[in-house]
Amino acid sequence: MKVHEYQAKAILSRYGVAVPRGEVTDNPGEAREIAKRLGGRAVIKAQIHAGGRGKGGGVRLAKDPEEALALTRAMLGMNLVTPQTGPSGRVVQKVLVEEALDIDRELYLGITLDRTRGLPAMMASRSGGMEIEEVAAKDPSAIIREVLDPALGMFPFQARKIAFALGLAGESYRKGLSFMPALFRAYVETDATLAEINPLLVTRSGDVLALDAKMNFDDNALFRHPDIKDMRDLAEEDPLEVEASKYGLNYIKLDGNVGCMVNGAGLAMATMDLVKLAGGEPANFLDVGGGANEEQVQNAFRIILSDRNVRAVLINIFGGIMRCDIIAKGVVAAVREMGLSIPVVVRLEGTNVDEGKRILRESNLKITPADGLADAARKSVEATRT
Amino acid sequence: MSIWVGRETRLLVQGLTGREGTFHALACRDYGTQVVAGVTPGKGGTLHEGIPVFHTVSQAVKETGANASMIFVPPALAGDAIGEAAEAGVGVIACITEGIPTNDMVRVRAYLAQRDAAETPVRLIGPNCPGIITPGQCKIGIMPGRIHRPGSIGVISRSGTLTYEAVDQLTRLELGQSTVIGIGGDPVNGTSFIDCLRAFQEDPGTEAVVLIGEIGGMAEEEAACFVAGHFRKPVVAFIAGQTAPPGRRMGHAGAIIAGGRGTAADKVKALEAAGIAVVRSPADIGSRMREVLGR
Repeated sequence: MKVHEYQAKAILSRYGVAVPRGEVTDNPGEAREIAKRLGGRAVIKAQIHAGGRGKGGGVRLAKDPEEALALTRAMLGMNLVTPQTGPSGRVVQKVLVEEALDIDRELYLGITLDRTRGLPAMMASRSGGMEIEEVAAKDPSAIIREVLDPALGMFPFQARKIAFALGLAGESYRKGLSFMPALFRAYVETDATLAEINPLLVTRSGDVLALDAKMNFDDNALFRHPDIKDMRDLAEEDPLEVEASKYGLNYIKLDGNVGCMVNGAGLAMATMDLVKLAGGEPANFLDVGGGANEEQVQNAFRIILSDRNVRAVLINIFGGIMRCDIIAKGVVAAVREMGLSIPVVVRLEGTNVDEGKRILRESNLKITPADGLADAARKSVEATRT
Repeated sequence: MSIWVGRETRLLVQGLTGREGTFHALACRDYGTQVVAGVTPGKGGTLHEGIPVFHTVSQAVKETGANASMIFVPPALAGDAIGEAAEAGVGVIACITEGIPTNDMVRVRAYLAQRDAAETPVRLIGPNCPGIITPGQCKIGIMPGRIHRPGSIGVISRSGTLTYEAVDQLTRLELGQSTVIGIGGDPVNGTSFIDCLRAFQEDPGTEAVVLIGEIGGMAEEEAACFVAGHFRKPVVAFIAGQTAPPGRRMGHAGAIIAGGRGTAADKVKALEAAGIAVVRSPADIGSRMREVLGR
């Protein structure tokens, strides 16, 4: 799960990670008051779940409270397009009004899982403001990496290694040494999957602060963090994906026109690949899971059809635990409820396959049976062209 | 021949008395697996479907000589269940549970590593996996037993249903399997592709291997490196997610292209460079294996 910058900073500051003073608002008049409290000059930052905001005009400096009001008014409701939002952009609902700080240096500090080691790793670089992937591609040796163990915490020597490699000295060295373990504690204790400070700001007086902050959280651990779970902003997510998540379905909307309903994540990905190999484009990823009931299948089918780009549906089921008759009943119920104006290609294999096929056949619905994977993909792609 | 599980395996089931646990424990028993015990704290001393239930894993091991465990405990408690099985000396642990917090697995793996240094290593399979099966001998997990056939092809996969698909293709072509292992779709798991390859290398009953990977992480690249240097049997591979968009988690917690790493294209390239026959279509896994074996 993703959160906004202002939420990430609120979480981080609970753990003693230094962040700039600031407040969030959805009201221009209030932005002016916040700017006054901050001493007049302030930075207005659009709160959307995508990076690269500065490039799209989503981060502006206000030299006084009146300008804070004007900039906030212009930013709220604006459709912000950044390199990460895609061409459709995101509507700005809130802004973060923050103190304007002097900048001596901008660095990078982040923590994420090292999958090979099965442990978190802290990464740092002197190129703040640049994407870490970009740094990695240009000069991998510019990235400092330290594998950390949650059970042991971050040792001071590990923080010292990073601080010296970043060239921190004097006051900023001392501040950095407390910043890093605090960030690691926040990462571990909130079950984060990413805690990224980019840029990490060093001021001329030697303060070290999180100028920007990005945190992602482990969906599987949200049950331990009801406060973080409440920070979910549905407006930032695709409406169909939100709808699907209500029914425990894994759905991801894509740009093609072949709707896919599959059981199992690996087979769902493989089915998308097959559609592509057959010359088509998948409209979605959808895993109905291993133990879906008739109602879930019905909802899955309805969600696929809600995507207006979909010209044909491919149902690919290899029933291990999943019974083919349940899939068939769910599909028939969904079609009865919504009507059906596009072709449906069905490939069923596994438990109760004959019963499933009989239910589909006797429903008198316009359903094309397929024999095997390749046949199913070919027929569904052909169906989009008729 | 086979790896890790066979006729001698004595299985205990953690979470036996739950709905899923009961259903699959019975399916395993019907397949021929020796299901010797169940563990549900608070229900020790009872019989469930004819299987003796114990409060703790160590009791179950002591009383029944169980040497493998299948875990159906809910996600919030499953990490702990793995630890309990390892502590009790269970040699093979297959954790089926999906949705375990990553931090729990980080802790479990650290615990297993510590333990392995001192005692007999523990083989953790999964979590978030279908389990492990040696066809005709022992099934531990949720895979449909009937699609398998005893034989000499080893199968390793990060996915569940896609594994069934591959196994089904092999069986239809009369290419039986030595052992089929689902290593699971989570970012932190117990058994890697390399662990399986190493065991298949040593197993005289395994003639060739099917490797099914997917986007995310570096496990396939690492496997490719191992195959190039150490593996002397033919390998056919498929990578799911060639059309997956970056930054999106494709169902499995571990299936995500992050920071430009973990793409299908990179994995295919690495595998091919290691001399592995990579099929672009999952429909070609079985037929390609037949070609490779010259049958």
